[in-house]
Amino acid sequence: MSEPPIIEVRGLTKTYQLGEVAVHALRGVDLEIRKGEFVAIIGASGSGKSTLFHILGGLTPMTSGTVHLNGRDLAGMTNAERTELRKTTVGFVFQKYNLLPTLSAEDNIRIVKYIGGRDVGFDPGFQEILGLLGIADRMKHKPRALSGGQQQRVAIARGIVNSPAILLADEPTGNLDSENSTAVLKLIKDLNRRLGQTILMITHDADAASYADRIVKMKDGRIV
Amino acid sequence: MILTLVGVSHGTLDQSAQRARGVGADIWFRPPGSSAIGLSSAPMSDKIPAMLMKEPDVTFAMGTMVQPLSGFDAMTGLDLDDFRKLNGGFHYLKGGPLVNDDDVIVDEYYAQQKKLHIGDTLNLVNHDWKLVGITESGKLSRICVKLQMLQTLTGNPGHLSQIFIKVDDPRNAQAVVDALRVKYHGYQIYTMEEFTSMLSISNVGMLKSFIGVVIGVAVIVGFIVVFMAMYTAVLERTREIGILKAVGGTSGLILNILFRETLLLALLGSVVGIVLTYGTQWLMKHAVPASLVQETVYDWWPIATGIAVVGALLGAIVPGVKAVKQDVTEALSYE
Repeated sequence: MSEPPIIEVRGLTKTYQLGEVAVHALRGVDLEIRKGEFVAIIGASGSGKSTLFHILGGLTPMTSGTVHLNGRDLAGMTNAERTELRKTTVGFVFQKYNLLPTLSAEDNIRIVKYIGGRDVGFDPGFQEILGLLGIADRMKHKPRALSGGQQQRVAIARGIVNSPAILLADEPTGNLDSENSTAVLKLIKDLNRRLGQTILMITHDADAASYADRIVKMKDGRIV
Repeated sequence: MILTLVGVSHGTLDQSAQRARGVGADIWFRPPGSSAIGLSSAPMSDKIPAMLMKEPDVTFAMGTMVQPLSGFDAMTGLDLDDFRKLNGGFHYLKGGPLVNDDDVIVDEYYAQQKKLHIGDTLNLVNHDWKLVGITESGKLSRICVKLQMLQTLTGNPGHLSQIFIKVDDPRNAQAVVDALRVKYHGYQIYTMEEFTSMLSISNVGMLKSFIGVVIGVAVIVGFIVVFMAMYTAVLERTREIGILKAVGGTSGLILNILFRETLLLALLGSVVGIVLTYGTQWLMKHAVPASLVQETVYDWWPIATGIAVVGALLGAIVPGVKAVKQDVTEALSYE
């Protein structure tokens, strides 16, 4: 019997109410992602890919449909339950890195371990990952002292430090030059292969999407 | 700011009390309706001291006239021989006593503040005075001239602002005061001990209200400054709060971090504020020693700290709660 998908989305809709105007960002999305897969969702601006990212990450509630994440149903989850989901099941990599500017790279990672209720020390396995990401010697630096590429690598390390079932990456190379973009995408691919990390990456860049095992296209709130 | 204003209020009063004690009198005799800290007129006849000296147990009485100047300054007209009889006279650090009608003597702090030297000319009450002596501070007034000269210049010949009385035995002072109050009904008559104890914020009627308002304004402004500083600081960190929420931080955890950080900042800020009061104290002592005196009022340290802590916590918690309640995606997009 095959293993159930780690992400299972059925008939997902999301409608934003802007004054009297209803904006249908998602119009019935169906999607399955298997454990260990690296999937890229590609689409133009306004296609609904960021909304899907936010719902899968438990950052915003859905309007209708079902979403199962690592066996947990997101429908009807309270804010507290979605917070718990973000803490235990999902890791994030954002386009703007979103590191805490007052903390060092190391503390940016440690605080996520602290929030996750774990020992804030780095085990040898994670030290190896930091080496793989090429930031082991940059841990004491504040984000402003790091290049964009280095900040994004710290953000990747932060995203996987609690060993989440799924790593969600939203335009991870959107703020990087081509050289750093290639390096970061290779690292994400490497993490997927070495660790078997399930990765869902949102991008509008076809070259970036080509690093994924599978590419899903979105248009007008639907998967096409 | 709060501690500095409170310190200046206390310091000004305490120095007034110290200078009053330095006169060496046992009783202070003042005109009806006068306030405890200011003398802006000379309504009493200069015949009164002679009459007072005929009272039982009174050994000596000396009248002076006080002319307020700009700011906190005032000049006193007195008879130096009488003053010497009362307390041995001034101790001159430089120069000597008043000889001519245009002579003036000032205390060391006034000379320091105005950078005065013996022989300098001072223009006060539209008259040029020659500085002949610089005295040790702590007796009566910072600026002294001959009584008759000041009376003439201000259009008050034969009038006094206050009278200092010496009695044969300080233990009789209260009895003499009681007797004088009956005879000179309406006049403000106090033992020196009584008067100096009155020179505290809580005892000086109008001053109490004035200082109350000054301190009240300082407290409100201080509170608002701390509140707004923290409000802005936390509002600017809405994105950071969004990041913490995105990685699974609960509202309670985030507010707890914010609370502890704010508390630490407020306490550190209070310590810095206390240290800075020593800076303002030093500055006043060296720049305006004659006009402003600042004391360290330890009782106000916990009060000022409390104001800082409450202001900072309210300032931080209001935008903090707003930020943790905000949708994570909105908080993350905060610029």
